[in-house]
Amino acid sequence: MTGNAPNQGLEDFMGRGYAHGFVTDIEADTVAPGLSEDVIRFISAKKGEPEFLLAWRLKAYRHWLTLREPRWAKLHHPPIDYQAISYYSAPRPAPGLKSIDEVDPKLLQTYEKLGIPLHERARLAGVAVDAVFDSVSVTTTFKDKLAAVGVIFCSFSEAVREHPELVRKYLGTVVPYRDNYFAALNSAVFTDGSFVYIPKGVRCPMELSTYFRINQAKTGQFERTLIVAEDGSHVSYLEGCTAPQRDENQLHAAVVELVALNDATIKYSTVQNWYPGDKEGRGGIYNFVTKRGDCRGANSRISWTQVEAGSAITWKYPSCILRGENSVGEFYSVAVTNNLQQADTGTKMIHIGRNTRSTIVSKGISAGRAQNAYRGLVKILPTAENARNYTQCDSLLMGARCGAHTFPYMEVRNPTAVVEHEATTSRIGDDQLFYCRQRGISTEDAVNLIVNGFCKQVFRQLPMEFAVEAQNLLNVSLEGAVG
Amino acid sequence: MSTLLEVSGLRVAVGGKEILTGLDLVVRPGEVHAIMGPNGSGKSTLAHVLSGRDGYVVTGGSVSYQGLDLLAMAPEERARAGLFLGFQYPVEIPGVSNVYLLRSALNARRSARGESEIDAAGFLRLVKARARLMQMDESFLQRGVNEGFSGGEKKRNEIFQMAVLEPVLAILDETDSGLDIDALKIVSNGVNSLRDPARAFILVTHYQRLLDYIRPDFVHVLAGGRIIRTGDHTLALELEADGYEQILAAAST
Repeated sequence: MTGNAPNQGLEDFMGRGYAHGFVTDIEADTVAPGLSEDVIRFISAKKGEPEFLLAWRLKAYRHWLTLREPRWAKLHHPPIDYQAISYYSAPRPAPGLKSIDEVDPKLLQTYEKLGIPLHERARLAGVAVDAVFDSVSVTTTFKDKLAAVGVIFCSFSEAVREHPELVRKYLGTVVPYRDNYFAALNSAVFTDGSFVYIPKGVRCPMELSTYFRINQAKTGQFERTLIVAEDGSHVSYLEGCTAPQRDENQLHAAVVELVALNDATIKYSTVQNWYPGDKEGRGGIYNFVTKRGDCRGANSRISWTQVEAGSAITWKYPSCILRGENSVGEFYSVAVTNNLQQADTGTKMIHIGRNTRSTIVSKGISAGRAQNAYRGLVKILPTAENARNYTQCDSLLMGARCGAHTFPYMEVRNPTAVVEHEATTSRIGDDQLFYCRQRGISTEDAVNLIVNGFCKQVFRQLPMEFAVEAQNLLNVSLEGAVG
Repeated sequence: MSTLLEVSGLRVAVGGKEILTGLDLVVRPGEVHAIMGPNGSGKSTLAHVLSGRDGYVVTGGSVSYQGLDLLAMAPEERARAGLFLGFQYPVEIPGVSNVYLLRSALNARRSARGESEIDAAGFLRLVKARARLMQMDESFLQRGVNEGFSGGEKKRNEIFQMAVLEPVLAILDETDSGLDIDALKIVSNGVNSLRDPARAFILVTHYQRLLDYIRPDFVHVLAGGRIIRTGDHTLALELEADGYEQILAAAST
């Protein structure tokens, strides 16, 4: 032996691959690809929707036809053929089941494989789940227990049937269908999603969560989530997302609207692990999502926490409109991109009310040939006396062929505002890895250690059960990213 | 006494330039060796090549550690076999607490030996006792590894880590540089308290003053990539008085 045992370099990428890439072989009712008013009428009829909703969908569709895809993000992809996508796919038999025992066992197995057992007895205590498979909600657990305190947690379709007055009152009030290209598309064709209503003064007794699964080929998923927290209420909600491994790209264009009234708190966490595509950038989900929370009431608080690990493309900016006096908006984000993934993500904090405060903590991790951009807007309107914002934006690079970009925008129109911005960019260095290895820690464990340290501030915000999940997800996403 | 480390005719090149040109060194358990020499003589290269750092090409010679071919082992394998390097420039790892790093390091060793993970209470007792030894505030334990530490704090942290990991062979690379006299005393006390018949130290240093506090069994003068003279602790005093020039000149005649 004449050479030192080689250390493997930072450039040696391999990647273990995606753990949720299987396809469930299940019979489905899938509408032929293509988008037209007829397709929208079909979806609406299939769901037995009231007239107001169909009219709203059609208005959105007609508006969408006048729009062009946004081009300002730092993302590159071939044009999306909206006529090649199927806009509705539902596992057969159609849902609307009386109990979980009527759900197709194959579907239940799918969620078991994903680590989300839907049998209530098997669930983690204290977490209620709504499972959305392609275009429809499969089941929602713990509904009775939640109903006892007046909490409504159900699929969006069910909400339209059972609580049309609430849907009508709040739908599109935070993200109007005119908001942007993908929001307009979603408004026209959305198929399901989750609905949450927390009545006055109620602290939701358990974590609520929705697991979204795309299964069918050539379909898009367009779900809509609406959460309303009445005066003095409190809710913590988590969504998780996975999809099979396919060579073609699939479109996911969701809309999430949150409404927090006086003294209400909504904590919204996302662990996004859509299929990211392979090492050469084949396949993967195009994730174009509009998420916005409206702190409509005084002293309200909306907190977004996201761990974005999947998708070929991520385009999302969970935002807060801080309308109520003393309202608080928070955004904690970890976005990981490996191989050829692209992410353009961040937030908007719109300060309207007096004494409004916002905090932004963004952690971007890039490996492989991935591109990761933070894009954020902090806007202080003249009415927002004494507004405060703190932004921290950190990027971690692994290897020499990836990119990190930061686009912070600030518009301050009130002189009493205090807006702070801090940003760092660092690289997992050979010296850090060597330091850990010299202490006896393997390269892979060292990378996990360094990455988890980097993300700690954000992981701390996640509900306990999911913090561990998020940490593991990150470790898998970056596995092999360093020698 | 058996041999812990045997370096024979070691030749090492960095970027095509030969830095070590046939170095011999034998270290037995319980011994403290000081390696001294002028800048650029290859002191740090020796420390790095023994710990397995990338970028050093061994062009000749061998290193045996506990009877094993050290140069064939990955850095983490060397560490798990009890080799510790106190870094001249310890790196910062933001967000990773000192105790978390140490716990991972201890458990990596234990798992390599087929042992179970260390229990939380026992680990906490150990690190607290070692922190006291190094006169470190307990808040250091929860801070990110070297994050925002002063130069002296970083060096003290290296010795603290050594005290927790209890190595068989500790190589301290210029641990004394950048320390004020109080920190130097604390670091030296830490090292002295860890002296043990089963443990050996290699102190790489440019200055004699560290050796006022840690008395070595052997002092080696490294120059031109080889050890040109070996003596007891009085050699360090001689160096201090006469400078390297004279010894180099004497060696070349």
